[in-house]
Amino acid sequence: MAQTTQLVLTKRFGKLDPVFDLTAYQGLEGYGGLAKAVQLDPVAIMADIAESKLLGRGGMAAPVGDKWQQVAKAKGDTKYIVCNANEGEPGTFKDKALLAQDPLAVIEGMTIAAWTLKAKQGYIYVQGRYPELVATIEAALQQARLAHYLGQEILGIPDFNFDIEVIAGGGAYVCGETSALLNALAGQPGRPDSKPTDPTQTGLFGAPTLINNVESFANIPVILRLGSGAFLALGTPEAGGTKLICLTGQIKHRGLFEVPLGLPLTDILNGAEYGGGALNGHQLKFVHFGGQAGAIAAAADLDELTYSYEALQVKNLTIGSGAIVVMDERTSIIDYLTSVAQFFMTESCGKCIACRLGTLRIYEMLQRFQQHAGVPGDLTYFEHMVDHVADQSICPVGQSIGNPIFSAMEQFPEEFKKTIDWQAQPKEEVPW
Amino acid sequence: MRSKQNKGDTLPNQYGRLVAPVSLEGEPEVLSRSEQTRNSRRFAVDLELSNHDVNCFECPKNGDCQLQSDAMAAGLFHTSFHGKRQPVGQIDHSNPFFDYDPAKCILCGRCSQVCHLRQGRNVLSLSGRGFATKMVAGYEGDFDSSMCESCGNCVSVCPTGALTAKVHQDYRKWETTQVKTTCPYCGTGCQINLVVKNRKIVDAEPANGVANKNLLCVKGKFASYKFVTSGERLKKPLIKRDGEFVPVSWSEAINYMAERFGTLKSQYGPDSLAGFACSRSTNEDNYVFQKMVRTAFGNNNVDNCARVCHAPSVHGLGITLGSGAMTNTIADITTDVDVILLIGSNTTEAHPVIGAQIRQAVQHGTKLIIIDPRNIDLVKNSTLHLQLKGGTNIALINAMMHVIIKEGLADEKFIAERTEGYEAMRDLVADYTPEKVAPICEVAPEDIVKAARMYALADKAPLIYCLGVTEHSFGTEGVMSMSNLAMLVGKVGRPGCGVNPLRGQNNVQGACDLGASPFDFPGYQKVGDPAVQAKFEAAWHTKLNDKIGLTETQALPAAQTGRIRGLYIFGEDPMATDPDTNDVRRDLENMDFLVVHDLFMTETAKYADVVLPGLSYAEKDGTFTNTERRVQRVRQAAKALGGVKVDYQVFSELATKMGYEMAYDSPSAIMDEIAQVVPSYGGINYERLEQNSGLQWPCRTLDDPGTPILHVDKFTRGKGLFKALPYQPPDELPDDQYPFLMATGRQLYQYNTRVMTDKTPGIDQLAGRSYIEMNTVDAQKMGIKDGDKVQVSSRRGTIQTYAAVADVVSVGSVFMTLHYHDGNANVLTNPHCDDIAIIPDYKVCAVKIEPVAAPVDSH
Ligand SMILES: Cc1cc2nc3c(=O)[nH]c(=O)nc-3n(C[C@H](O)[C@H](O)[C@H](O)COP(=O)(O)O)c2cc1C
Ligand code: SF4
Ligand code: SF4
Ligand code: SF4
Repeated sequence: MAQTTQLVLTKRFGKLDPVFDLTAYQGLEGYGGLAKAVQLDPVAIMADIAESKLLGRGGMAAPVGDKWQQVAKAKGDTKYIVCNANEGEPGTFKDKALLAQDPLAVIEGMTIAAWTLKAKQGYIYVQGRYPELVATIEAALQQARLAHYLGQEILGIPDFNFDIEVIAGGGAYVCGETSALLNALAGQPGRPDSKPTDPTQTGLFGAPTLINNVESFANIPVILRLGSGAFLALGTPEAGGTKLICLTGQIKHRGLFEVPLGLPLTDILNGAEYGGGALNGHQLKFVHFGGQAGAIAAAADLDELTYSYEALQVKNLTIGSGAIVVMDERTSIIDYLTSVAQFFMTESCGKCIACRLGTLRIYEMLQRFQQHAGVPGDLTYFEHMVDHVADQSICPVGQSIGNPIFSAMEQFPEEFKKTIDWQAQPKEEVPW
Repeated sequence: MRSKQNKGDTLPNQYGRLVAPVSLEGEPEVLSRSEQTRNSRRFAVDLELSNHDVNCFECPKNGDCQLQSDAMAAGLFHTSFHGKRQPVGQIDHSNPFFDYDPAKCILCGRCSQVCHLRQGRNVLSLSGRGFATKMVAGYEGDFDSSMCESCGNCVSVCPTGALTAKVHQDYRKWETTQVKTTCPYCGTGCQINLVVKNRKIVDAEPANGVANKNLLCVKGKFASYKFVTSGERLKKPLIKRDGEFVPVSWSEAINYMAERFGTLKSQYGPDSLAGFACSRSTNEDNYVFQKMVRTAFGNNNVDNCARVCHAPSVHGLGITLGSGAMTNTIADITTDVDVILLIGSNTTEAHPVIGAQIRQAVQHGTKLIIIDPRNIDLVKNSTLHLQLKGGTNIALINAMMHVIIKEGLADEKFIAERTEGYEAMRDLVADYTPEKVAPICEVAPEDIVKAARMYALADKAPLIYCLGVTEHSFGTEGVMSMSNLAMLVGKVGRPGCGVNPLRGQNNVQGACDLGASPFDFPGYQKVGDPAVQAKFEAAWHTKLNDKIGLTETQALPAAQTGRIRGLYIFGEDPMATDPDTNDVRRDLENMDFLVVHDLFMTETAKYADVVLPGLSYAEKDGTFTNTERRVQRVRQAAKALGGVKVDYQVFSELATKMGYEMAYDSPSAIMDEIAQVVPSYGGINYERLEQNSGLQWPCRTLDDPGTPILHVDKFTRGKGLFKALPYQPPDELPDDQYPFLMATGRQLYQYNTRVMTDKTPGIDQLAGRSYIEMNTVDAQKMGIKDGDKVQVSSRRGTIQTYAAVADVVSVGSVFMTLHYHDGNANVLTNPHCDDIAIIPDYKVCAVKIEPVAAPVDSH
């Protein structure tokens, strides 16, 4: 029996009309977090966030409190707050949902960050192909400015000056990666840097920069309102809060759900409140966690698992952005991986040879497997190829391609072996 | 699932490698570290080859290609992939000098890096994603429609056959050798490797010189060698007989010259002869030339073209600081400085590689202040632009000094300890309030204050100037106001500061250093100073004339009065370069005997009695001294044109025939003599130059490493001298009849009279005709459109040219370049000279402009 969740992120969804109605937002505890924050010392705020064990919701799962402290400690008078709303993966829509249904919560979170870190300027980086979303955010920002929640002397506090600009990006997945994001914000091509730098020290225009995900920011007012203890209690002892998940694929209820961290996975997949189980007459086969870059698990292996960072980690699975793609027995793992490889191939920014051409060659190889045209030796060739691409790419896009592929090979070896004509002339030696 | 990551306390990164490889065909091989590395390399090469137009025989980079050598190292020559490939043969030929073949591009990004980070242009970038990723120029993708300025630095760094010079089709690396030498164009002193096949120069590559750090501009990269083998080169001495030039032997020519000069000398006295040296030629040639004039001609009537560009710097800085040269080095004033104050220098066109280094400095945080009447390209990179009216520099600098003194920003300690003459200057500038000066200069008073503060408050702030300061009827005063300003804030004699004139021609610094001047023996040792006279008489074993000679600008008109009868012009073209061309023609026609020694039959040469062929920089050994006083080697790369004598030998033989015996074994022997007589060159010889990246004078002894920064503890003249310099309006100002104020200057693609640049066809494709820049407002008023033919007249003459309408010049001002024979700006310019350096006012004259009706067909 599924437990009923305390909703903290989605509780205002559907109750604001229009969604940027600031008074309605205030009526539903909106700006309560900021009101709390300005009573507190920045050090205390950061301690609260650290104790709440909020992990970054953009996919990297970095402790948010640590990141804020690093930015706070960084030298420099100018600091920036950046909200990563790029959300460029198929099957992930939770950041867009937050911004579309409760934009002021994200803005409030960013404003608390500005107060804490003494930043004057913030940016929301969102994909330009969602013009209505951009318009909604702009409208919410305008409401906040009118109500003196943004601009000069916020809440009448001298020197508390902060404003936010929306930057509509070109819509590439890789622009969600921090260095590519900062390049794009600075007007440069949105490609990752070859040498990683720490944005908390040298970020946008070389200044210390806090980059957090939309959902991470939306959690900030919640922590301040509830207190870190209550927030932690929403999740697990290792990671507090709830998580927005995007359930897609061959499952009864597809869509966005807010779940407490630590919920049994069977509840998420089969619980009536959530996934509702396999489509009629079918059986779940595998689940792809955390987005395209994550690993794949056989559905049969998930019975004992809870949905939490620490439990999934044991199985090399990830929460990632919160995407959960579910497939039933009708879907061939090879077909599924071919579409995953196509995603990597089109989203490669082209900077690394291994990622630019290697993902194409992986895709072509999978197409060959789809046609059962493999020969002995091809599986080894394929394995090495994927390994080299993951090894030689400079950013996590290329590096991640092994996650779905190798996990699938491990779970479903027979399906791969079936693509090979074992009687055919074996491939000569793998050249690398 | 096997994990790829170490399990630590922290949660795993959710992106990146989480899962280890899975082998489905037996146990995986265990590989050593080096085998793994080798395999990684092989994989990368395999991928490259799978999408590369592997067609090495046809590729210019065959034998010099990164992909080839990577493939060699990996031992992998054929791809194992059979998938999709990009189409071949889609080559962008649109740039006149180089081609881009995407099918040979490995997308390494070096070209875009050099274009962005070194050249400071944002032309190239990766565009598209995944397989469709391409290196593209500009927005449209082809070079022609981009903002590319054809510097070719991307071509030089491209490791494959993707970006290649068109000339590269004709040679392969292994057929060539490289000769490192110094670029023959501007005074930056870039080091070039000339690529030589069968003793002929086929290409040029940047070398890593101190001044250029592997960069070149379009002229150095693409236009530095074609003229050497041009069919238009003069090949034999010519004597004019009955109005026709007749080829003669060298001995006949030398005998004839000796006889004619000798006759004039005995008939009208030694002072009736004069010689113009060549600031494009080597130090050694210039030294021997001036020695010939001083000994065999027997006077000091020797000069060089610095007269028409930077003579005021030599004089002005000589007077106030004691050395008429750039005080700091190029690297020093463009690296890690807080503010650059740039006055009257269109650096990106006249000294492009220094311009690129200024752009780099700005990228690294330097603030750029520009004082210039034109909206030059660097304005885009500047923090502040004072678009002053032409010819009002001195007023503006006085006002800046006024502000600095008033706000207590002057360096009192420096002034007290190291300078003199301060009080008079201070009293004078007390009147120059920003409010009073602003209307004179047509700039906002706040901007004057802002510029003064930024410059004074910066820790490191070099002042860089060029011909916008010198080429005026008050040019020398203009230069002295530069040193006033820098001394006022104690920014001389320190790293990242100084007063830095950018010298124009490749060796104008050297020509001045080595005595091609009527006022100075080599090393700025003064004519008329008895000790100096005695020294040179002893060194040269002859009696010397102690009268100061005539400058170029005085010697030419002196033909019309009969004071000068015989003239030897080595490598100059006053018909093209000197103001008031019509008057120069009369001067030349009046000359009794004229010798012109040049690479080509120039406009001036047509008036000569004897024309001698000269050798280009690529056919001789020697040295040039660049704008930062760095003496650098020039090395013979190509076989000398058959039958052409080495220049210094011609001078020696003529002098010998005229009774003063001279002979040198080699340029190196000449440099050894220079070291004997010029103290600041005392430690320079070829052996040391071979080992060092040039030597910066003063370099007095063999163990002296040279001097990067002048005036460190003490000024060359002892104390720095302030000069009180009242502003005076230029000689000729616009009026009702000639309503526009015209300045002249240079542009990137051409060089001076174009005799060298116009031998490279691509150059004229980019910049082939003369033009006059006008402001949109003026042009509209007169019904003139961009590209229209116009007639331009001044009190001295009339020319036709084409209108270039934009907002580069302000309303009421116009600008022409000095490069073109058709549409020669110097027909218009004012020969009125500055009375110290005797430099003409090229930057201010009054002109009128009229539209020229399009020719009607039936007539
Ligand atoms: C290829 C790639 C794409 C990413 N895309 C996103 C994204 O769309 N949104 C996001 O918030 N984080 C994304 N991230 C994670 C960010 O790099 C970064 O860690 C995150 O925005 C930090 O915020 P958080 O700590 O609040 O999660 C991506 C990372 C990579 C490597
Ligand atoms: S791994 Fe792929 S996406 Fe990342 S930088 Fe390299 S080419 Fe670009
Ligand atoms: S340097 Fe050459 S190979 Fe490298 S990206 Fe540029 S054009 Fe391509
Ligand atoms: S030629 Fe120069 S300006 Fe043009 S693209 Fe190459 S580096 Fe850039």
